[in-house]
This record gives sequence, structure tokens and C-alpha cells, in this order.
Amino acid sequence: MLEHLIPVLAGTLGAATPLIFAGLGELVAERTGVINLGVEGMMLIGAIAGFAAAADSGGGALAGLPAGAVAGMLAALVFAVLSLSMAANQAACGLALTIFGVGLSAFIGQHYVSFSLPGLQPLDIPGLVDIPVLGRILFHQDPVTYLGLITFAIVWWVLRKTRLGLVLKAVGEAPDAAHAIGYPVIAIRYGATLFGGAMAGVAGAYLSTVYTPLWVQNMVAGRGWIAIALVVFATWNPTRLLLGAWLFGGVTILQFHAQGLGIALPVQLLAALPYLATVVVLVLISRDKRLLQLNLPASLGKPWMP
Amino acid sequence: MSIPPPPFSGPPAGTPRLELSGITKRYPSVVANDGINLKVGPGEIHAVLGENGAGKSTLMKIIYGAVQADAGQIQWNGREVVVANPAEARRLGIGMVFQHFSLFETLSVVENIALALDEPFDLKALAVRVKEVSTRYGLPLDPDRLVHSLSVGERQRVEIVRCLLQQPQLLILDEPTSVLTPQAVQKLFETLRRLAAEGVSILYISHKLHEIQSLCHSATVMRGGKVTGTATPSRETPASLARMMIGRELPVCEVPAYTGIATPALTVHKLSLVPDDPFGTRLQDIELEVHRGEILGIAGISGNGQAELLAALSGETTGTPEAVKLVGLPVGHLDAGRRRKHGLAFVPEERLGRGAVPSMSLADNATLTAQRQGLVKKGFLRPKAAWEFAKACIDRFDVRCGGPGAAARSLSGGNLQKFIVGREIMQQPIAMVVAQPTWGVDVGAAAFLRQTLIDLSRQGVAILVISEELEELFEICDRIAVLAEGRLGPAVPKAETNAEKIGMQMSGLFAPADKEPAHAPA
Amino acid sequence: MPLLEPRPTPSARMRLLSPLIAIGLTLAVGSLLFLSLGKNPVEAFTVFFIQPLSSGNGWSELMVKAGPLILIAQGLAIGFRARIYNIGAEGQLIVGALAGGGVAIAFDGVDAWWVLPLMVVAGAIGGALWGAVPALLKTRFNAEETLTTLMLTYIASFTLSYMVNGPWRDPEGMNFPQSIMFGDPALFSPWFEGMRVNASILIATVASIAFWIFTSRSFLAYQLTVGGLAPAAARYAGFSAQRTVWVSLVLSGLTAGIAGVGEVAGPVGQLNLNISPGYGFAAIIVAYLGRLNAVGIVLAGLLMALLYLGGEAAQVALQLPAAITGLFQGMLLFFLLGADVFVDYRLKPRPKPAYA
Repeated sequence: MLEHLIPVLAGTLGAATPLIFAGLGELVAERTGVINLGVEGMMLIGAIAGFAAAADSGGGALAGLPAGAVAGMLAALVFAVLSLSMAANQAACGLALTIFGVGLSAFIGQHYVSFSLPGLQPLDIPGLVDIPVLGRILFHQDPVTYLGLITFAIVWWVLRKTRLGLVLKAVGEAPDAAHAIGYPVIAIRYGATLFGGAMAGVAGAYLSTVYTPLWVQNMVAGRGWIAIALVVFATWNPTRLLLGAWLFGGVTILQFHAQGLGIALPVQLLAALPYLATVVVLVLISRDKRLLQLNLPASLGKPWMP
Repeated sequence: MSIPPPPFSGPPAGTPRLELSGITKRYPSVVANDGINLKVGPGEIHAVLGENGAGKSTLMKIIYGAVQADAGQIQWNGREVVVANPAEARRLGIGMVFQHFSLFETLSVVENIALALDEPFDLKALAVRVKEVSTRYGLPLDPDRLVHSLSVGERQRVEIVRCLLQQPQLLILDEPTSVLTPQAVQKLFETLRRLAAEGVSILYISHKLHEIQSLCHSATVMRGGKVTGTATPSRETPASLARMMIGRELPVCEVPAYTGIATPALTVHKLSLVPDDPFGTRLQDIELEVHRGEILGIAGISGNGQAELLAALSGETTGTPEAVKLVGLPVGHLDAGRRRKHGLAFVPEERLGRGAVPSMSLADNATLTAQRQGLVKKGFLRPKAAWEFAKACIDRFDVRCGGPGAAARSLSGGNLQKFIVGREIMQQPIAMVVAQPTWGVDVGAAAFLRQTLIDLSRQGVAILVISEELEELFEICDRIAVLAEGRLGPAVPKAETNAEKIGMQMSGLFAPADKEPAHAPA
Repeated sequence: MPLLEPRPTPSARMRLLSPLIAIGLTLAVGSLLFLSLGKNPVEAFTVFFIQPLSSGNGWSELMVKAGPLILIAQGLAIGFRARIYNIGAEGQLIVGALAGGGVAIAFDGVDAWWVLPLMVVAGAIGGALWGAVPALLKTRFNAEETLTTLMLTYIASFTLSYMVNGPWRDPEGMNFPQSIMFGDPALFSPWFEGMRVNASILIATVASIAFWIFTSRSFLAYQLTVGGLAPAAARYAGFSAQRTVWVSLVLSGLTAGIAGVGEVAGPVGQLNLNISPGYGFAAIIVAYLGRLNAVGIVLAGLLMALLYLGGEAAQVALQLPAAITGLFQGMLLFFLLGADVFVDYRLKPRPKPAYA
């Protein structure tokens, strides 16, 4: 059993990485009151930009990830102009971004179908990797997975321990009050939204250049939406987001190891599991209205103008 | 009853702390400030007096840098300055206590204060200073409490302490007493006098004449965006100040006696409610009875269960059938539409977005509640009937607007309120619940609305009014009860109570109705 | 410094103008795109918008594609008015197709008039049930419908994949993931020899008339609209928020389900993995572009169908990727949302310098 479980658990960390990046980005944006339903689109744009950069420059993931971040940020900028500067409906703008991202990535991706990239070799953390069992699970991962955990630590620290974290929360809680005491609400929301875009872009580029280093149309496959659901599941708390991402990483990876683990279900139904799990998890967390309301950024999704 | 202001020896020697000249601010539909001049000296408590919409709040925001003027100059301690934003204002030494507090519910007191201070981020050290300063000025605060658990009065303390920590030279208070009990108002005044004695200048925005007379050294009166005069309040009478403020005598309502039979129309019995909103107030054992032909007033500071009680009365939240009865009929389990069918009308505090759909026309907004007046037939709309209903309402209640096709949000607060009140009255209710009937409404419309409610009650309708304005309740109500911390006190005939007794109850001290409440030494 | 200020009254003119502006901007940016790809924009737009309509078959195909788009968008528009964001019409379409296709497979070989009507009813029920699930999750458990409807779309498409790979796979289909070809009693018969247009366009037409009456005249639609514009006002008036959710999601699921049957009993003729080229998502754009108005949706549906046809034509004539359709769809929605801002806002006149 153990020899089957180790690859499952080790794979879970990698499968969780795009969710961690995209989820953290969305979490920060939502903390300031901006709900961006375009995560799926930004991830796709990041994925194709990253793939194109990696393939065309020959620089691999090293070129792909920054390209993905920039592309995701540009996509988020379009969303921000519409929904923040022009106060258009955030839900509709996010949806538009996703539809646009699906189209754009498929359009550009046409040139790259059947290309493949070298990917990244796992990076063993010296010393730690030799710990029995745990070492192979935790410390034999691709470098971006470690980067995801570092990003988590930074976001956690900023939100919890710094003035910036407090300001982000204040803007999401009561933009009028934040404005009244002199904070540039729109600029702060721009910053958070662009950060969310960059994170989604990195998540997408990770998928296309590291996780499965080849281009497949629509390869993000709903992970952007799952990331949004994870933010709700996490009640806007980064630590819970991390746990949620691991949970979903595990569910995702399960289908590839089902046979080894003795699960006899048709592969299509196993593939549907993460989406089913998302629904279940959403229901479980949303039924507690008070818990949600206590944590929900009060201005979430509401257009605001000074 | 009011303590006269301490002597103030004329304009101070030397330069004024703040001097405004020719401040002008235009908005698309209105000139909010038109060439305003104003001067405040060190240690002076200066009132800015004017009714709703006179432009007071805009002027204060300009001083605080939250709004930029189109023209005019600001001199600060004799030096011309441009206040680009609130942070700049704070650097200069200007602090502001907002009417609708600029606080964050889910953050703690000390976090809220830290957000407004331009200094290194150290919550622990700040908490110590908050404690120290708040005790020194008689405004005790626990720095670690979350703001949503504070009472409205405590929240105001947070705002004041937040300003004091920056050692301001000028403190602006925008309608600070609307959220305070009469006793708390006196305490606030003591703090303000003390600050003035230490040399802090205070700009005090209000439309309450007696407060200004007891507190302020000087006053600038505004009307329609212009300065209509300056005065020394202690030398004026309320009537003379009112004339400067509204350009004529304060209108007074006529209150005839009710000649019909006063049977109970709206009864609330053992109403307890835990709100869905985690920041809401729990209602406990509410008992009340409103009779035909009377207006029952509920006094109290918002946040003490007003919103929850209103929703429970209107049917926006439902409960057990017997908790609310309409002429003996249990309706506590019915939604707002079904209660309306049985003769309950309701005018909410928020006009835009609750009482009316902002972007819809008045005709469409008529259908919102008056559907049973022939505006809907067999599940289909009758736009012509809705148009005529709206037209009739506009004519009968003197609603000034562009006709039934005008969007609700294009109306002024007073006119929209007239339309909503009119729409409810035209459905011939048995009982009517009205929240803050004249909140944000100009004096003329307010008088009209009050008279309309009195007249309606004298036709045999039972009316319940919830208002923060004590004076308004004393003017129109027959009996008054106090809602504090989710509990409702007994309804007492107006003649048997006064502002002081009601103030005591607002602080949560319910005295038996037949006994004299213990007075605090004056 | 904000450049916009709210209008006192929403601009009715802008509401009608905004889709035209969005179309114009999309064409303008499209021209630049064509230029950058080395294509002559005039030629490209001829291929895109004129060529498909220059033959009878072109018009037939326009109807074949416009039918499902219009039908789904009519249903979605009800929910969008109430700000209930069903973005899973694609999944409801698939489940409708599965239910209808199941009937066709079960009664394969039965030559009776009722097979096709039964398929439509089954599809309607299937789609409505798939819409009812998020309605239940929202009303009972407060779960966001945007996320649940979309997750259910993935679940529906994996279910479809499972069915055509497993229980319903055509035994003589050389292991392709597809069901048997449906018999004539289970198909809408084409109206014209060699063209695919059939009676399902009538369903979309009748539905459009019904939705037009419903949205413009019924009190229920008024209640839904109030619920979307001002939820507190709906509660104040006593309109049930739960009913709003149920009506919105069930109705849009129902129309999507029927559209799904229209595909499998029409142009596709069987269950396989390509029963919809994203109609469920494109219908979202159709609904907004049509101003959530029944008549507008018909026009917008025709335009969107043309965009699909143009994309196919461009692939053949200009060697452009078919994905260009998706790109245009996204741009169109973006520009529309941008132009829509000016329904409620207008440009602020430049402020005069302060302290002059």
C-alpha cells in the first residue's frame, strides 16, 4: 500500500501548486472587495503565454513563468479597467475575461499544438530528502512547488502581520470609510487585482511548462473555478486555502493512481471527482451563513466609485 | 438645563487657526458651496449651522481634504495651504469625526486607530497610548475589542480618540450627537470644552439649535450652499437662528385630538429574535400595542435593535404567527407582501434600494407594493393603471419630480419620501410602520411629512414611528417608548415623560413608569 | 480623479446603442487582428459575414446555429435579470441531450410519432433538473450558483463521456466514443433536401414569443427584475427570493435541455463528445448582447450564429484557426460591458483647476 501512497501524496503537492498560486491571488483580490471570476481565463492566458515564451525562447519554464505572470497581469488589467475604473458589474466582467481567455489561448495555441517542452527536474532538498517516506513526499518536488509554498508564507505574513494586510482588509470591509480616512481605494484594488492576475498567470504557466509540459486546448480544465471555490471554502484565510488546495490536489491525483489503490471506477467518473468535491465542499461551508458573513469582505463584488 | 458656554473673549489675538475665503464647489446638479468665507480662532468652538443639503458636509470634506474645491483659498495658521488629501490634513493637525463613522467593523479598536495614523506600525505600543489618552479625556476604550461589538456611542469615542492621538489643532465633528443619548451629549460637550480650553479649535456641524446655543462660541449659518450669516449663539434665540437657517419661521405641526374609537390595531407580543446578521442586535421579549388613531413613537439610538424590529414588523423577517397581530389576526409568520394585504403599510429608512428601486420609474415603483390596487391582474402587469396610481400619488402628496416616468433616484430625498409615504397611504392601511420619516429631508418636506402622518392617524390609522430624532417624536407622537439593547420599554404618554427620562432609558436603565428615575446630579 | 459620474436617469438610448458600439469596436479590433495576420480585413470580413449568407444552405446553417443560441439565451436572460448567474447552461444542454438521447436509444426501432416529442420532454426535464440542483444548493445551503452551475457542467460532460464510452457506446462504432445513429422517428426531419434546417427553429421562435410576453407583461418577471436590481426592495415588497432562484435556474435549465435535444435529434443525430460547440457559454453573450430582451436576443442570436459560420468559413478560406470565433466572442462581451457603463454613467466634464 505504502509504495502506492507515496507517489499519490507526492503528486498531491504538485497538483495543488496551481491552485495555491491562483487561489492566493484571488484571495488577496477578494480581501479588497474585488471578485474576479476570470481566474480560469487568466490562467489560460498565462498558460499559453508561458508556453509560447518557453518554446520560442528555448528558455523553458524559467522563461515561461515570468511570461505567464506578465500575461496574467495584463489580462487582469483589462478586468480592472472595466470593473474598477468604470464600475461595471464584476461578475459579468470576470465571466467575459474567462470567455476571452478561452478564445485567445485557443487562438494562439493553434501554433503550438503537439509541441512539448522539457519541463523541470525535481529539486531534492539536500538532507531532508533522505528522511524516510516523508522525504520522498515533501522534498522531492519541482522548484515551482517550493516557490508556491514560499509565496504562501509571504502572503500569510503580509495579511497577518503588516500594515498593508490591514489596509487590504479595511478596503474590502468598508471602502467608503477607507476613502474617508485617505486611502486610495481604487489604486489599492488595482494592485490586488493585478497581483491576482500575476498569480493566476503563474499558475497557468506552471501547468503548461512544468506540470504537463505540452499545450492542450483548454488545459486549465476548470482549475481556475476551483481556485475561486477554494477561496470561499477557506473563508478568506490563507492557511485554510493551502489545506484546501492540498485536499483538491489529492482528489485530482487520485484518478491516476486509482488502479494501484484498488479503486474500480470508470476513469471518466474519477475525473469528475474534483468538480463533485468542489460542489460538496461549497455546500458544506456555505450552509453556515454566519461563519461566511463574519469572514466575507463586506464590499465583495460591489462596484465602488469615490 | 443647558450650561452656558464658558466666557470667550472675542476674536483671539493674532492669526486665526483656519480661514476660508471664497470656497466654491460645484456638482453637476447643484452648487454645494458658493463662495464660503469662514474664520475659526484657536480654542474657539465654532458652529456650522444649516439644514440638510445646505452644504455643511461638503465644506468639511474640503477642509479635511476628502473633496477638492473648485475655487477659493484655505489659510492655516496664517499660511495658504492646499489640502490635497486627508493624510495631508492630518499632517497639518486637522482631525475629523465623521457622521457615519469611518470605522471597520471586523477590526479591533487599535487596528482601526492604527489605520488612520501616519506612523510606524506597532499595535502593542499604540494600544498602551490609546488606553492612556482615552482615560485622560474621559472616553474609556478597550483597544482590543472588535468594533462591531461596540455601541454607537463607543464607536464615536474611537473616532474622537483617533483624532486626539494626533494632537490636532482643529477638530471637526459632523452631527456628532445624532447617535448619542442626551446624557452622553452632555459628557461629549464636557470633553469638547476641555479640548477648547487646551487651545484646540473645534468646528461643530449641527442642525440642532439648542446644542449650538449651549456649546458654541460663534456660528456660521449656511443655506443653499451660501453663508447667510454669522452669529454669537448665546445672544440669539432658537427662532432667530432658525430664521437664518431656513429663511422663515420653523413650521409647527397641528395635532388635533382623535375623536374615533381607539381599538388595538397592531400588537406585538413576546417577540424575540436572533438576527441572521452576525453584527445585528438580538430582540428580547418585545411587547407593544398601537391603537387606531394614535402615533406611537419608538425612541433610541440606531443599532439597538431598530433594524431588526422593523424587519420583524414589516415581514422582511418572519417568526411565530402570534408574535405580531394585526387587528387580532396573527401575521408573524407572513412575508411583507401578505402582511400588506392584511392592511399593514411600511416605510423603511432606506428609500433608495429598499423603499424604491433606484433605476425604475415611479410608475414601476408604484407596482412594488401597490400591486393589489388593480396594478396587477391575473398575473399580468397593468402599466396604465400603475402610471395613473403614481400620477395620483404625485399630485396628492406634492411630489416634485418629472412625472410618473421619472426614475426614483432622480428625486430628492424629501420628494422620494413623500412618494413612498403616499404610495403606502393610498393603499388605505389599518396600521403603518414608519422608520426615520424625515431623515435627510429638508425642513419644508419634513413638516409636510409629519403633518401627513398626524392627519392619517386622526383618520383612524395606527401609526408606529421609529426615529432617532427625539424632538420629532415629541412633536408628533401620542406615546413614546424606548428601544435599547434589543429591549423595548413601556410606552408612556408624551405628557408624562421628557427628554431626560427617555435619555436615561436609552442608556439601558429602565425605570418603572410610575416612579421618578434617579437623577444624576446636574 | 474619477472620469465618470452617474446619470440622474439611466439612458435608454445608450442601452440600445451599446450593442452596436460593441459590435463596431469588435470589428475595428478584428480588422487590426486580420492586418497583423497579413490578411486583408475587407476580404476577411467578406468571408466572415457575407459569404456564409450567399447561399440557401448558408441561411439554413444560420438557422441551425441560431436556434439553440436563442433558445438558451431566452432562458438565461430571465435569471440574469434577477442577477442569478447560471453559467452552466452548457451542462444543462448536455444533460438534456443525454435524457433525450436516452429516450431515442431506448426506443430505437420503434416507429411511432411520439418518440420525438417524448425526447423533447425528457430533455426539458433533464435540463430543468440539472438547473434545479444548483437552485436547491443555493436556497437550502446558500451555495453560490456561479460556481455550482459551472462545476455541474464539468460533471455533466464527464458523464456524457462515460455514457458514450461505456453503456451507450455504439457496438458497431469501431470503439469511437459515440452512440448509435438515431432512427428517423427520433430525428427532426430536414425541411429541405440537402439542408439541415428543421422544426427545432420553430421551438426557438415560439419560445421567444412566449418569453417576450412573459418578460414584458408578467408580474412574475417584474418580481425577478426587482430582485436583481434591488434585493432589499424585493424583500420589502414581499417577493420571494427563493422563488426567484428556482424560477431562474429551472427555466434556464429547461430551455438549455431542449436545445440539447435539438442538437442530438438534429444536426448531430447521435450522442457523441461534440454535441455542442459551446452554445451554453456563447448564449451568455447572446443574452447580454440582446439586452436581456426577448426581441434583442433573437437578433443577437442570429449575429452570434453568423460568427460561428464565419469562423468555419475563415478556417477554410483564410486558413485561420477556428478558435478565432471564441476570441471574437470574448472581445464582443468585453466591449459590450464597457459600453454598458455609459447607460448609467456619463463622462464628467473636466474639472476646472482648483484654487485658481
